[in-house]
Amino acid sequence: MNDDALKGYKGKARKVLSEMGARVWAEVVIDTDKGKYEGIILPRAEQADDEHIVLKLETGYNIGLAVEGIKTVKEKAYKKAHYKIPEQEFPFDPRKPDVTLLGTGGTIASRLDYRTGAVIPAFTPGELYGAVPELADICNLKTEKLFGVFSENMGPEEYITTAKAIGREIEAGAAGIVIGHGTDTMHHTAAALTFMVQDSPVPIVMVGSQRSSDRPSSDAAFNLRCACNTAAHGNVAEVLVCMFGPTSDSYNLLHRGTRVRKMHSSYRSTFRTLSDIPVATCTPDSVNPIRPDYKSRRSDNKVKVDAVFDDRVAIVYYYPAMKPDIIESLINNGYKGIVIAGTGLGHVNKPLYKPLRRACKAGISVMMTVQTLWGYVQMYVYDTGRDLMELGIVPCLNMLPEVAYIKLGWVLAHTTDTEEVARMMLTPVNGEITEREPHDGYLVFQGGLPEIEDFLKRRLR
Amino acid sequence: MSDAWRKKLTESIDFDDQEFYGKLGFKSGLEIHQQLDTKKKLFCHCPVGYRNDEPDAIILRHMRPTLSEMGTYDGTALMEFKTRKQVIYQLYRENVCTYEMDDTPPFPINQKALDYAIEIALMLNCQLVDEVHITRKQYLDGSIPTGFQRTAIVGVNGWIPYRGRKIRIQQLALEEDACREVQDRGHEIVFRTDRLSTPLVEIVTKPDMLTPYETAEVDGLLGRLMRASGRVRRGIGTARQDVNVSITGSDRIEIKGVPRTGDIRPLTHYEALRQKSLLELRERLNNRGITPETFKADYHDITPHFTDAEVFSRSGIPESAERIMVVNLADWQGLLKHQTQPGITFAAEIAGRVRVIACLDRMPNILVLDSQPEGMLHGELGLPIELEEHIRAEIGADEDDTLVVVWGPAEDAETGAKEIIIRAKEAIEKIPQETRQHMPDKCRTDFERILPGPDRMYPDTDSPPVALAPDRVSEIRNSMALRPWERMERYLELGLPRCLAGDLSIHRHACLFERLVAGSGISPLLLAEALVSWQKAITRARLEVALPPVAVDEDVLESFFTDAAAKKTPRRGLLYAFEKLLNGEDVEPLGPLSEGQLKTLCLKVIEEYEDYNFKQDRFKLDFLLGEVLERSEGRAEPAKVRKILKELT
Repeated sequence: MNDDALKGYKGKARKVLSEMGARVWAEVVIDTDKGKYEGIILPRAEQADDEHIVLKLETGYNIGLAVEGIKTVKEKAYKKAHYKIPEQEFPFDPRKPDVTLLGTGGTIASRLDYRTGAVIPAFTPGELYGAVPELADICNLKTEKLFGVFSENMGPEEYITTAKAIGREIEAGAAGIVIGHGTDTMHHTAAALTFMVQDSPVPIVMVGSQRSSDRPSSDAAFNLRCACNTAAHGNVAEVLVCMFGPTSDSYNLLHRGTRVRKMHSSYRSTFRTLSDIPVATCTPDSVNPIRPDYKSRRSDNKVKVDAVFDDRVAIVYYYPAMKPDIIESLINNGYKGIVIAGTGLGHVNKPLYKPLRRACKAGISVMMTVQTLWGYVQMYVYDTGRDLMELGIVPCLNMLPEVAYIKLGWVLAHTTDTEEVARMMLTPVNGEITEREPHDGYLVFQGGLPEIEDFLKRRLR
Repeated sequence: MSDAWRKKLTESIDFDDQEFYGKLGFKSGLEIHQQLDTKKKLFCHCPVGYRNDEPDAIILRHMRPTLSEMGTYDGTALMEFKTRKQVIYQLYRENVCTYEMDDTPPFPINQKALDYAIEIALMLNCQLVDEVHITRKQYLDGSIPTGFQRTAIVGVNGWIPYRGRKIRIQQLALEEDACREVQDRGHEIVFRTDRLSTPLVEIVTKPDMLTPYETAEVDGLLGRLMRASGRVRRGIGTARQDVNVSITGSDRIEIKGVPRTGDIRPLTHYEALRQKSLLELRERLNNRGITPETFKADYHDITPHFTDAEVFSRSGIPESAERIMVVNLADWQGLLKHQTQPGITFAAEIAGRVRVIACLDRMPNILVLDSQPEGMLHGELGLPIELEEHIRAEIGADEDDTLVVVWGPAEDAETGAKEIIIRAKEAIEKIPQETRQHMPDKCRTDFERILPGPDRMYPDTDSPPVALAPDRVSEIRNSMALRPWERMERYLELGLPRCLAGDLSIHRHACLFERLVAGSGISPLLLAEALVSWQKAITRARLEVALPPVAVDEDVLESFFTDAAAKKTPRRGLLYAFEKLLNGEDVEPLGPLSEGQLKTLCLKVIEEYEDYNFKQDRFKLDFLLGEVLERSEGRAEPAKVRKILKELT
């Protein structure tokens, strides 16, 4: 398929082109009922219609021509594009720490795909270095591509592979680990790695980009430099997410893997720590903790890898008119764990009581979290809550719904005994439940207010 | 000074001297950017606006080069990356959203803007594309927060008539406007985002203009055409033109952002001469045996030699300079003094590059040490002779070599030194393809950046292609405005004088004029005069007493003139009523006074002035005539009134 001379063309367009003896990457003169056009025939996106062909003009612009009007196609030359960043060997400096970059895909490592016309993860981490040579000022880099998937296609299998790879690299003496990851589910993976790789002696830093690296304004290079610096020189030996602090190219935040969440579909500064403050700020040449209670770097190579996952777990995002059949279908399909994102302090409506009771009786572990995202589950305040707890539902305090989902999958791979599951769920591994929420753990400023506007005027956003 | 200088540079030049420019091989093309008159921006729903107040917020970004679709880096992109600029964007709540900040993907393209672009492309006789592909055109100078401009070709291969031939239009693209630069100092550049993403059309002509005069004329013609479409924004900053110039043996040079059509003539003239001079320089180099293969240049750190204040003041190098580098151009003696533009030498070409690429923008930013016989002029900056000799000896330079000193922060000074070598080497090979900015005298130019090539184009993966349905196109074609030259021809046939026809052909009431002439039977000349000349004069008179012009709806004008045609309102009567109309009064045009009405009016005036003592009878008649005409509100023929008055007195 890759060598298809009419890549991406189908139906009518494909028929016309093949009749004319045309092929993609050919430099052609096309005579149409409107006049002549000169350019290179480009592959076409597969979802696009079969009425047009794509031509790159000499000026670099692309245009689409209706196949219906094409009279002749004359090939003048042939030039296939080689979209490849010049790969350079990473310079080795014995005085610099060794960092391993594990690639999983995502926009931090992406390129144009002619099949879909969209960006796909395809750069090897080695090519990435060709694009960001500044990395050599920070550390020695070893790269390994684990897989190339969009972040929405990351799942238990990938978590396990990644965790094992991290363990292997740490034992081999890496001074820090960087994981290139798509941003959409980076917080799921960050939580999974927190549970699967415990007591790491070195930083494990997840990084991605909100603007793909095929754009001049991409945040990829800055993020990667920050992440490598954190992994090589930072003192925080935890699973961290390293992404933009403000939307400006200014500094990054290091978020604890269990307290972080993607909060905007497209902003650069999309990752936020919820119900707490981040661990540190960082730049390509500094890491500055903003709280004291982090796990410090150690000089040994010992790490506990516990990479297991039971995927018979679901998240149920409760809504007011939810019907019992939603829960029932989970029971009937053999699920072992359910995380509810309840309203307010952790509530669902009465009609769900019956199926939930049935679920608990069937040995399914049911966890309660809050869809407000910030704050604690507190089921004693209202009768509804007490009723639910009586059913056997476990309030997960201020654990984020996605984190509860990941943790439940991990716990269920150890035991299905509901009491033991509850005990493990409520015993924090690294900050997924905190004892207290600081006064500034919840800050969502309201735009438009004079004092906020005044603040924004004076600072880089 | 600038004015006198400009006068000196421009007077007694025949910008249309076909023989002179023909020998040079002068060729020029235009890139015209014209904002479209839509309410909203091209890829988001922000209102188009212009701001001059304090921004509501600022953000900081950097730009990095990326690969083109064909797998190569663009030269400009790499060069701009060398400059390592901090880019600051000023944001405004009302006119900028997260799209312009590059924090939200584009919304579907503004369909109204696309319609307008199609219409203008059709007016330019372009072949329309069948499917519009949105492309990213990279700009690493920071002028767009994404690092690229979203742009799409709507039509290609158009033409407009000029001097009995066709000026070819290469393409018309619909694109989003860039930011306005507010400040550029050292490593920081500040942009205002108000203008960002305003829809505009970019029209590119082929290099078909053969004299500076022709380039300016075609620019005017294209401007009129777009105004005639009625789809474009008017006013300062809504239209900008880049002008391309080449001569035999040179490649295209772009002069960026020429503010006025009239400036095109001297700018293209002197640009052509600059290119000629650079070709001569290459020949001088070759005659000395300096070729790309034999070219020798290196640079050295000479910071330690700068210790006492005397040396700093003699050389003009500030004591704060962190690093001072010297470049040795072997056998270049005298060549940096090669004149390229009036009052400007090749050294300025080098200084321009150092200014932009190394961000060393405090001028002078280089010091040329050249031991040519005429030596240093009194007061000219330089080094004490012993020090220069010492440095020459140290770096192995003899007196045939030219030394260029550059200073600044350590990294920038080194970038500057490397750039001096790059520019010098280019002089041997070719005239580098540059974008040049005009100097304040609007005659000469200075380096702005390397001209970007097709490698900076990249398909916009965020936007699907838009197919242009044949129905949509034919609908636009059917309602399309007449082109100015078609209008002009029609108006000349109607008997309008050339200047009036010209003004009317791009007038906002041109369509109204055509409707009225066809429908009401009004005299075309009279109507044209009213719509163009009278309207202008009345508005100006109001402005002189600080009154704003009165906006009169087109349908009010239409019924006014239809009425006047029906009533056969005489010329003066029409002017009388029209003036009132444009001063905001509710008025209707009236027909000529009848014989009876005239007589009554004359009698009344005669009676009023019966006792008045006129020195001579002929004064009396003139006076009465004036009085009657005045009171007739322009509805009486002077000859007729005179006749009646004679009979009655």
